[in-house]
Amino acid sequence: MKHKPFIAALFATAGLFLLTACGNEGVQKDEKPVDVQELTKDQPEIHGTEVKESDIKLGTPLDQAMVSAGKATYELKCQSCHKLTEEKLVGPGWKDVTKRRQPAWIMNMITNVDMMLEKDPEAQKLLELCLVRMPNQNITADEARKVLEFMRSNDGEK
Amino acid sequence: MKKTFLNPVLVVLLVSVGLVWMQGCKPKGTQSAVSGDAAAKAFVAPGKYDEFYNFVSGGFSGQMSVYGIPSGRLFRVIPVFSVDPEKGWGYSEETKPMLNTSNGFVPWDDLHHIALSVTGSEHDGRWVFGNANNTPRIARIDLKTFRTAEIIEIPNSAGNHSSPFITENSEYVVAGTRFSVPLGDKQDVPINTYKENFKGTVSFIGIDKTSGEMNIAFQILTPGINFDLARAGKGKSAGWFFFSCYNSEKANTLLEVNASQKDKDFIMAVNWKKAEEYAKAGKGVKKAVRYAHNKYDDNTHTATSSIINEVLVLDPKDCPDMIYFMPCPKSPHGCDTDPTGEYIVGSGKLAATIPVFSFTKIQAAITAKNYDGDYDGIPVLKYEAVLHGEVSKPGLGPLHTEFDANGNAYTSFFVSSEIVKWSVKDLKVLDRVPTYYSIGHLSVPGGPTKKPWGKYVIAYNKITKDRYLPTGPELTQSAQLYDISGDKMKLILDFPTIGEPHYAEAIPAEMIIKNSRKIFKLEENKHPYVAMGEGKTKVERKGNEVHVYMTSIRSHFTPDNIEGVKLGETVYFHVTNLEQDWDVPHGFAVKGANNAELLIMPGETQTLKWVPEKAGIFPMYCTDFCSALHQEMQGYIRVSPASANVPLTFSTGKTEADAVKETAPANK
Repeated sequence: MKHKPFIAALFATAGLFLLTACGNEGVQKDEKPVDVQELTKDQPEIHGTEVKESDIKLGTPLDQAMVSAGKATYELKCQSCHKLTEEKLVGPGWKDVTKRRQPAWIMNMITNVDMMLEKDPEAQKLLELCLVRMPNQNITADEARKVLEFMRSNDGEK
Repeated sequence: MKKTFLNPVLVVLLVSVGLVWMQGCKPKGTQSAVSGDAAAKAFVAPGKYDEFYNFVSGGFSGQMSVYGIPSGRLFRVIPVFSVDPEKGWGYSEETKPMLNTSNGFVPWDDLHHIALSVTGSEHDGRWVFGNANNTPRIARIDLKTFRTAEIIEIPNSAGNHSSPFITENSEYVVAGTRFSVPLGDKQDVPINTYKENFKGTVSFIGIDKTSGEMNIAFQILTPGINFDLARAGKGKSAGWFFFSCYNSEKANTLLEVNASQKDKDFIMAVNWKKAEEYAKAGKGVKKAVRYAHNKYDDNTHTATSSIINEVLVLDPKDCPDMIYFMPCPKSPHGCDTDPTGEYIVGSGKLAATIPVFSFTKIQAAITAKNYDGDYDGIPVLKYEAVLHGEVSKPGLGPLHTEFDANGNAYTSFFVSSEIVKWSVKDLKVLDRVPTYYSIGHLSVPGGPTKKPWGKYVIAYNKITKDRYLPTGPELTQSAQLYDISGDKMKLILDFPTIGEPHYAEAIPAEMIIKNSRKIFKLEENKHPYVAMGEGKTKVERKGNEVHVYMTSIRSHFTPDNIEGVKLGETVYFHVTNLEQDWDVPHGFAVKGANNAELLIMPGETQTLKWVPEKAGIFPMYCTDFCSALHQEMQGYIRVSPASANVPLTFSTGKTEADAVKETAPANK
């Protein structure tokens, strides 16, 4: 009976052999995680990083060159959905948006909308109201800042 | 005590464990060689990526399909030579010129072979080329956009089968004519004057290193035989190109019999570096021809087609030492060079052996003028002098050969429906697996390059018979995936394909992903009818035409109410998609259009031509589900009789109340 452990070992070995024979042979799939956003970050579609309140400096009087550049961006990429009045079209009208929202909130909504819709309760409320996700319109932080200047001008700042 | 060790119960137990194991891994019945863990090997979990892109010819569909390997999932069908109403390809005004030829607009073709661009005989992931077999053309697909960027027609050719194989640094893709035909002015000749009047050509189409743009650098005039397939050399043989030929009998009828008379046809070896020198040295003759060259511009989002009237032809009579024939048993089909460039594998469709030629021996035979006479003035090298050896009795009907990185070759056998693995060096058969059924081409990832990635071989089958749920008389064609990482090939997956798959190539996914375009930037849109923002939308009448500058964004068109179009006028809807978000195309369709939809990518402008045939109200809508309010993305266009007095107006979001305000401001 003292041979029992030896026999058990034999079984275990046979079992191991089985596992390796059926389990390990054959093609090794390449299963390393692929980060498509990282790999394609040089492509023109821009997803901004979070803008902090401290990143934004608002000056008076308004920078008229920025206002006019912001207006051009508005006409190309925003006007389809946002009126300059209080009237809601697809999204809310822009009248007094700079009085309702903080500058960083506005800029993040423009450049970083995925993050906002994921985290920000106010942004989420707007989605419930409008039912169309605010699209990423491929606007850089710099361009968004100019759009903000145009919004301030639209709200009567000088 | 020793007897305890041989305890019969234990022995039985051990034996049965062994049996269970054997059964667990043993092939079973009609599922054939599928091993127990096959599903796991081909399984790519939801949300995970495949390791390889597989670019697969669509055969008589005229298109190219893109699959993932090892999952066999279909990602995209790229429209190339055939119209595709789903994508508006060949229907939108912008894409129509892509299908222009010297015969006018051709809406269909037969795409057989794939060539991925290479640098140093290794994949570089920039472009993929495909051939049109019927109306001879080559297409270049840009792997940034996965769209056909360019199509060039091949003159002096009929049946562009031997194409678009590529040289080691993508200097040229080639086009060998399948049919020999009369060339030049006198083409109206009796068919039975074949031997006297019919000629072949192989064309070398230059590729611009930066833009990829193609131009026909030169053509080589050849005897009136048929060219089948081709491969460039690599490494030491990189300056050469090899073309398999059949019908050295020069038959013009019942080729099945009449072109199968001789024991040997040829592989034609072309010293293309020398041909290039001859072309530069002015040895060629410019011949009058007519062919179309079509290019798509990603900034104007528009294709242009131009007709070219001249091509440079090199006659071997004036260009010695440029081409040679090597005898090859019985109607060779595949003609494949191994990763080292030393060996050229011919596959005689009707031969019982696979001949393997040695590049070193070819060079020695040329130097020693070791000829076996000539064929129409072209030196024929002695078979034995250039032969490395033959693989004997490998199977029936060898067609194509691919390679792995370990010196092994994989040859497809149509008649005996199998893949045979053999060693290139000593020509020994190592393994064979059945395919279901009648395999044509096969593909190893990187198989035609200097650096095969191996891992898998994919069979492309002509017949599936009982493999899938039946779908009436026409059944799907298929691909089959085999694991080749071990000594034995193992079938792990079947998947159906579009059209009829001929050649295919596979490339590691990461080489492509990083370049894949997400959007077209609106700021770069140079379309002549773009509306850069909703404020720029308008409707203009130009003579008999009405041009609608329209925009689309989730979820409305601007304008979406149009009135004042008259019967007899042609309407052009130029729709600019203002989205700048990945994966948000919009579609556009108008009721009754004898045309197709538009599918407009973010930042792009596309045009639908519409000729209304009766007066009335015609709805239009977005066809590609874009948002929760996609169903609301719709509008109307009103068509009035030619004599009507309805002014041309357009609007979006204008209500009845607005209209009253506008027309009667004084009453306020």
